[in-house]
Amino acid sequence: MTLADVPTKVVYSRPKSLNDRVTHYCPGCTHGIAHRLVAEVLDEMGIIENTIGVASVGCSVFIYNYFNVDFVEAAHGRAPAMATGIKRVYPDHFVFTYQGDGDLASIGMGEIVGAASRGEKITVIFLNNANYGMTGGQMAPTSLPGQKTTSSPTGRDVSRQGYPIQTAELLSTLEGSAYVVRRSLHNNREVRRAKQAIRTAFEVQKAGLGFSLVELLSTCPTNWALTPVEAREWVEERMIPAYPLGDYKISAAVAALKK
Amino acid sequence: MTKQLIKGNTAVAEAALRAGLEAYFGYPITPQTELLEHLSARMPELGRPFVQAESELGAINMVYGAACTGKRVMTSSSSPGVSLMMEGLSYIAGTEVPMVLVDVVRGGPGLGNIAPSQGDYNQIVHGGGHGDYRMIVLAPASVQEAVDLTALAFDLTEKYRTITTIMMDGSIGQMMEPAELPPFQPLKEEVPEWAVQGAKNGKKHLLTSINLDAPAQEVMNLRLMSRWQEIEANEVRWKGYYLDDAEYVVVGFGTAGRISLSAVRAAREQGIKVGLLRPITLAPFPAEILDELTEKVKAFLVVEMNAGQMLEDVRLVVRGRKPVEFFGRMGGVVPFPDEVLTEINRLATEPLTTEGHPRDRWLARLRETIG
Repeated sequence: MTLADVPTKVVYSRPKSLNDRVTHYCPGCTHGIAHRLVAEVLDEMGIIENTIGVASVGCSVFIYNYFNVDFVEAAHGRAPAMATGIKRVYPDHFVFTYQGDGDLASIGMGEIVGAASRGEKITVIFLNNANYGMTGGQMAPTSLPGQKTTSSPTGRDVSRQGYPIQTAELLSTLEGSAYVVRRSLHNNREVRRAKQAIRTAFEVQKAGLGFSLVELLSTCPTNWALTPVEAREWVEERMIPAYPLGDYKISAAVAALKK
Repeated sequence: MTKQLIKGNTAVAEAALRAGLEAYFGYPITPQTELLEHLSARMPELGRPFVQAESELGAINMVYGAACTGKRVMTSSSSPGVSLMMEGLSYIAGTEVPMVLVDVVRGGPGLGNIAPSQGDYNQIVHGGGHGDYRMIVLAPASVQEAVDLTALAFDLTEKYRTITTIMMDGSIGQMMEPAELPPFQPLKEEVPEWAVQGAKNGKKHLLTSINLDAPAQEVMNLRLMSRWQEIEANEVRWKGYYLDDAEYVVVGFGTAGRISLSAVRAAREQGIKVGLLRPITLAPFPAEILDELTEKVKAFLVVEMNAGQMLEDVRLVVRGRKPVEFFGRMGGVVPFPDEVLTEINRLATEPLTTEGHPRDRWLARLRETIG
């Protein structure tokens, strides 16, 4: 049997929702994985032509360059408000925001809480990498106690700089939140689980059940000053204890949907 | 159609609805709140989106999102709330999407008060948000004019993809007057080609204000400014009263213009040949008519409910060729026609100068009055 005789089956290719463009992300950063997972879900659900993305300010500011779907670019932190405006006009479209932790959990805390409390039927992909990546690794509200960043050079001192914000837990307390979970992108098993969660979040939107958010623990090797492999270990050893993975809000309607 | 007695805020809300407003996002603030309240009932009745946002930041960014769909969208607020919206307004200007803002101006700075003011002229006419952009600014002087300008505001913002602001002082918003509301316009069916709507057949729409390449940003800036020149050439609106034989001209907009008209009429009865120029578009500013008047008249009196903000625009046109005097009340104090009449009398009888700054002379007089 020659190689030509081997039956071929394509098991892996670029999702249609993504274009053939080299991303600007640093080596070892998990933004690319998150992009791909979202794109796979859009492909699988057949909603490329019916989706409007809302980009945020941070490392993912250029996400619209990589997706073959309509996009708008929000001001820092305001993506959930912008998504609200679009979704209210186009209730049958899929509207998602893609935000980092500086954008969502600091400057945009008002907008995300407002959107969740109203039960806006949008999906939020929330990447938490415990620092401001785009501006060069400053302390974020999500930075861990003791974490050294360019604006907490001796380590985050909770007596002066406060404590990390646990976004999924916080938003899970709101009645408008239908589906709020935390996943991680640091190993293959968790990546697969993250994909399932993103799919569920979009299904929740499709069914009009309310606000959905998937928090994804993400690596930032460049600003953490770690190798990509070390960065993944840092997620497992440092971040997950502070940000436990799990389902924080599964509304009764969502639980019924999942059955 | 018949006239009805209606409050300014409510009238503008209903006029917007009838002009085909498809989505409204706002936040309560006095003296604008009736506008939001009216739409909170009427928009759902008609199956149109209405959201009371978590803040003015939220509201303007909801408008930003909805404006990106090309639908007729609007928000309304008052001074402190509009300050919060400035971030979003700059982004909206930078993305070149249409929207209407209604600013029911109150006394400031800071929390100030809820009394009528024109203290936000500079903010609305000359900037507010960051970067090089201009907004079309309409200033009604009555409830009826506010109604009429509302439909115009939507037409202008769509025609030029430039934010249009209806800047009305709190008294126009709060006052009840007889006004005739326009008939219902059908909702726009056309979706603009540039609007986000889903990437059908692989045609992707992207709306953003980011432009990392400075020369490309400059090209965009040039496009905005060229459009502004077109607006300046085509959209100047003003109303003149008793200008034909006027030796003196009062310049005032909105409520200050209306109060000035009463004073002008009283002065005419005294035999003073005085007229009124009432700018309806504060931006673009009616420079041409003002320039023509400069050649004809003896002196100008600018009347505002602020510390002389439009005054600077008047002075830029008059350029010292004729004396310009100023009278204003600040902080939510509304001038009486008698006060303006006194100023007109002073203009017609006392020696005038083109030296110094009219604001300094006015402040000296005001200190004597309110100390």
